[in-house]
Formats: sequence, C-alpha cells, structure tokens
Amino acid sequence: MTSTNPTLDLAGGASAPPAGPRPARRSSARAAETRRKWYEIIGLTTPAVIVYVMFVLVPMGFAFYYSLFRWRGVGPPTDYVGFDNYVLAFQDPIFLDALRNNAIIVFGSLLIQGPIALGVALLLNRNFRGRTVFRLLAFVPYVLAEVTVGIMWKLLLSDAGTINAMLESLGLGGLVQAWLADLDVVIWTLLAVLTWKYVGFAIILLLAGLSNVPQELNEAAAIDGASWWQIQRHVTLPLLGPTIRIWMFLSMIGSLQVFDVIWVTSVPAVRSLGASATMATYMVDNGFFARLWGYGNAVAVILFAISFVAAVLFQRFLLRRDIEGAITRRAN
Amino acid sequence: MAIKRRATTFLALSMTTALLVAGCGGGGEDEAPAESELYKNPVTLTWWHNASQDGPGKTYWEKVAKDFNALHPTVTIEIEGIETNQLQRTRLPAALLSNDPPDIFQAWGGGEIREQVEADYLKDITEQVKDEVANIGSAVEIWQVDGKQYGLPYRMGIEGIWYNKDLFQQAGIAAPPTTFDELNDAVTKLKAINVIPIAVGAGDKWPAAHWWYNFALRACSVDTLRKASLENVFDDQCFVKAGQDLKTFIDTKPFQPNFIATPGQNDPTSANGLLANGKAAMELMGDWNKGTLDTVTEDQEALNKFIGWFPVPAIAGSAGDPKAALGGGDGFACAKNAPAECVEFLKYIVSPEVQKGYAETGTGLPVAKGAEDGVKDPALKSILEATTSATYVQLWLDTAFGSTVGNAMNDAIVAIFAGNGSPEKVVEAMKAAARK
Repeated sequence: MTSTNPTLDLAGGASAPPAGPRPARRSSARAAETRRKWYEIIGLTTPAVIVYVMFVLVPMGFAFYYSLFRWRGVGPPTDYVGFDNYVLAFQDPIFLDALRNNAIIVFGSLLIQGPIALGVALLLNRNFRGRTVFRLLAFVPYVLAEVTVGIMWKLLLSDAGTINAMLESLGLGGLVQAWLADLDVVIWTLLAVLTWKYVGFAIILLLAGLSNVPQELNEAAAIDGASWWQIQRHVTLPLLGPTIRIWMFLSMIGSLQVFDVIWVTSVPAVRSLGASATMATYMVDNGFFARLWGYGNAVAVILFAISFVAAVLFQRFLLRRDIEGAITRRAN
Repeated sequence: MAIKRRATTFLALSMTTALLVAGCGGGGEDEAPAESELYKNPVTLTWWHNASQDGPGKTYWEKVAKDFNALHPTVTIEIEGIETNQLQRTRLPAALLSNDPPDIFQAWGGGEIREQVEADYLKDITEQVKDEVANIGSAVEIWQVDGKQYGLPYRMGIEGIWYNKDLFQQAGIAAPPTTFDELNDAVTKLKAINVIPIAVGAGDKWPAAHWWYNFALRACSVDTLRKASLENVFDDQCFVKAGQDLKTFIDTKPFQPNFIATPGQNDPTSANGLLANGKAAMELMGDWNKGTLDTVTEDQEALNKFIGWFPVPAIAGSAGDPKAALGGGDGFACAKNAPAECVEFLKYIVSPEVQKGYAETGTGLPVAKGAEDGVKDPALKSILEATTSATYVQLWLDTAFGSTVGNAMNDAIVAIFAGNGSPEKVVEAMKAAARK
C-alpha cells in the first residue's frame, strides 16, 4: 500500500531502484520484498494478536453470548431471553443511579483535576529549591494501591474519624458530616477521594508535556515583552494541548470503569441503595453476589459499549489532530 | 473496510459460540468404584474450605487431613483455604462449571445446594451416611434436596442477642428480655445511661436483614417458611407484617447513628467493635460471634467477663412458633465424580471425636452428639442449649431462598433501614428476583 505513495518515495528516495529496462525482474523483486514484509508483520504481531484475541476478543464474545441468557451460573446457560437483561438493567433505578454516579465522576474528575493539575504542574515546572520533593509528594497518592487508599479514607472519614475530629478542633463543627453514610453526600466524598488519588497522575503527565515545550519560544515571548502569565496563556497552554487531551481521554475511560476505590471505601448497603454504586460495582454486586450471571454479563456489555462509544467519539473529535493519519484518516 | 470489520466481528462471535457448544458437550462420565475398592488405590482428594485466615480453624483442618491420611495412607488430601466470598461467589461456581471441581468443598445448604443438585454437580450420599445423619439430627435437613442427602454439616448454631452484662446492670435491667416489649424497655433504659442500645452492621446488609428475618420468623408459620424456601412463594401477608414490625422497631431508634455505613465485623469501627469495646450493649449475631469479637476487642479479659447471650425475644400474639429460631451452619459436600474415599473423609469430619476437637477450637458449635464436651465458652454453651431446645431451626432466609432472592431481599430490607424502603417493596423485590 505505502510503497505506491509518492510522499513516502520522497523520504526513501535514495534507496529507490533506478529506472531501467527490466520491469519483470523489478516486479518480482518487489513481490519478494512484499512477501518478506508480510512474514515480518505476521511473525512479529502473532504473539500479540493471539493474546489479544484470547484475553480480549473471545471473553467479550462470551460476555455478549452469556448476556442473552437468564443464567445463575449453575449448569450451562439454557434459558435464552434475548435482550431482556438489557431492558431489565435500564429499568432498574439502581443501575440508573450508577450511570448518574459515573457521569458525576467523569465530569467531576475533568473539571476538578484538570485545573488543579495544570496549576500545580505550571508551578512545579519553575525552578525552586525542593522541586523534586514536591513533585514526588504530588505523585505519591497515585502510586499507592487502590485498596490501601480505600481503607485509609474509610477510616479517616468514619463518624469518629480523623476528618471529623479535625473539623471539630478547628472550630468547624458545622461542617462535620456522615461522609460515607449520608446518601446525598457519599458520591461527592468519593469524588474527592478519587481526585486526591488521581490528580498526581495528571500532574506528572502535564509536567512531561511541559518539558516538551521548547524553551526558545518562552524566551522569544519574554523578549517581546510578554509577562509570565501571558507566556503561559498564549505559548505554553496551546503547546500543552495534546497532553491535556490525552489526559482527558485516560481520565474519562478510567472514570467510566472505576471500581476498586469505590468498592473498598463505600460499604455494600450504601452501594445497593444506589448512592455510591458505579456501573462496575453494580456489575459485581449483581453478577456475583446476586448470582445473576447472565444479567451481570449484560451490564458488562453495556459498560463496554458506553466506554467504547465515548472513546471513539473522543478520538474522532478531540484527539483527531494528535493522532492524525494513524486512525482517523487513510493515506490517499 | 467497515463491512469487512463487521464480518470479522461476526466470525469471532460465531467461533466463540461454537467453542462454547463444544465445551458443553464434554463431561458426564460416571465412575463410582464399588465399596470393596475403597482404600485399594492411592487417591488424592482436593479439599476447599473457607478457613482461609491463619488461626485455630485453619490449623485444625490441616490436622484433620493429616490424621485421616495416617489412618488411610492411600488417601492424600490437598487443602486450599479460600476466603468465603471468593470461594462461594466465584471460585466454586467456576470450578463446578468447568467440570473440574475440587472433590470435597464447602457447602452452605439451602437454595444453593438445591441449584447445585439440579445441575447434577453433587454426589448423592444418602445410603453411605445414614448413621451420621441419625447422630447429627434435624440439622442435616439443610443439606438435603427432595429427601436425599448431598452434604453434611460440621457447624450449626442459632442466632441470638449478644449483650454486655455490665451495661445491663448499670442500666438497671434485671434479666435478659424474653419478649419484644421487654426488649423495647431495655432499649429505653440503655439510652438513659447514654450507651448505644443495639449495634447493627447495616453496612454489610445481612446483619440488618437478620432483624427482618427474625420478625418474619415470628410472623410466619413454619409451613409458610418451608413453602417459601422450597418454591420461592412469598404471597403470605406475614412477609409484609415482618417489614411493618421492623419499621416500628427501627422507629424506636434502638441502633447507633449512621448505622447504614457501619460494617458488621472485622474492624474497630464495626458493629462488632462497638459491642466488644463497651460502646454498645447488644448485637444480633450468630454463634461465630465470639471469635469475631475477640479479633476487635481492646481488652480481651473485660470482654470475656461481660459478654453474654440470650435468644431473640418472642412477640406476643404472633403466628410464628415462639420456640423457633433462625440459624445456619457450614458443611461439606462431595463432587459428583469424586472418589468414594471422599464420602469416607466427610464421615470422618463429622465423627464425634473430630467434632469434639473442632468444638475445642472455639470457632463454632459442633453438630454431632458426643462432641458437646468440647464447648467450653459459657456464651457458646448457652447457644448450644438453645439450639438443642429449639423446636424448629429456620435456615438464614437469604441462604434458604438462594442468592438471587436473598440478595434482592437484603437490599430491600436495607432500604427500610435507610428510610426509603417499605414493607411491601421487600416482598415485591423478592418476587421480582425469583423471576430473574
């Protein structure tokens, strides 16, 4: 495909065969070349393709197949019900609560973590003593295991926990909350925990992006009389665009599939009332604990479909210029 | 391009289906060696139990396996201790589905064993265990399906109220309550001395749901409960009454604040922790509670001194049998294709000597007659007495009705606790789940 592309010939012009009167040989040489290339492609990708098919595509196929059955995980599935499980899911108010909670986490993460991370990254990108220490501190929560974070916050946020005690002793007794028990508060509490946990990742990503912004541009702007703020706003930020968009993409997908921190921090009762359930915790609660395996698979497929559509739309409209040519456009 | 990709997807899907159908075709061979073949050939039994944490329970099972191997050198036993939820919800169902189950494994009885028998997973052991069944008594019924025995219990006990004798004395409560009126009275008195009257681990759902079970046990006749367990029929008004009684009880505010997020056991902020550390006066819990209280107490000696147990009080003028109790147990079952030695090992586990040793570990109450001497703890002794004198032991309703109905029921009961459910909705949820 690519060898006929004139733009590529420009790049590989030096090795292009000289024009000569032996078209037959030339085409057979080219065929051999093509064959060799295909062997290479097949040889190098086969292991990855096998793993991908075995552990991604086949299970996805199974999940879809099982989702069409009323099946409690005992004996093979036999009670075919078509798309009933999908209808049931969208009729369950708790599942709709889970969808709402996922939406809160997706948008909450973007809107809260984004500005915080950007601000901190810009600060940490300046030169000052102890910069490495601050960078490390910002990244620590992200490195901690999810379960550790969950248990830690569960204890801190309990009724007689550290957070409430601190508020009391600061004279802020009015702010004391049943952080994890109040059904209207718990999802915001969890959003705060998730923000604490994942903002470090955004910071590190943006710092990496910042280090790619050429210093010369900043200097040029400074010589032209731009202030620090103007430089950040008009030079750095636009150049940081690709990094910000990639982070938004990762954050969104992670938020849609969030499971472990929620599972550990929020107790089963609060989840089952819909106050803190996400699609993933709902899937496990129903699939394994209520032993509705067919139904659980249906929820898994819905979760996949939503994530997939979100990912495709995001790539199509926001990541387009960053990955141009790779996915969105064929060479012509 | 798009069409091609869709075709590939379709191909992958249909291949998957083909694989699946092929996978379902296998299995089903039946090879039960004759009695005389016992202990002739060396066999290895795999044994999955739920004593996964290091402690007397786990150590004891290791000893049991070793002793059995010493008695019958041809039998080697490979043990795997797996945490209950993981074992019951994922590992065991997956192993059974894939036709490669362990030979002997944890069985909780009730609705679950019924489903497993319907799927032809378990060995019918009715003929081989007649003596053991006679020695254990009515508890074995929980591991029966249609009159046939598929497993045997090694632990069984009824639930009741664990209480703090010191706090009762301080509040001026002369004797443990025997009726709900007396219980309400005790709650008022305990509030007066500023302690939490009753701790409930509603966060884990089931500790809250058990209050509803007890109201149902008091409101419903034994026949209604039997029918509900066997056929998942919940038309009787007594199930609504249970919710109404529960609501009335919750309205008297007997529980700690924010109970909806309090875990049941295993950490100091749990309902167990509140009782074990003298912050709450009562907790409704099963016979295993002594062991779990021990793990969260700050002062073991004080706990041993103040802890007591009494049966769930009766409700005046209710349809249910006042001497009936809710209970449950743990048992083991053999996989359908397990070697005959599996049944022999099962019989060994429930033999009086092994049961006595089990009782001595203090992790639960034994079921076999002749093992009673192993129970040393005074609270456990009173449970053992109450268990023996109960006229009818109803298995935990969520286990009896099966996981699907049980889970929906517990969720709906928790909603009553949270203040946004209703007695009718519990019954509706149970009926809807039975159809799922």
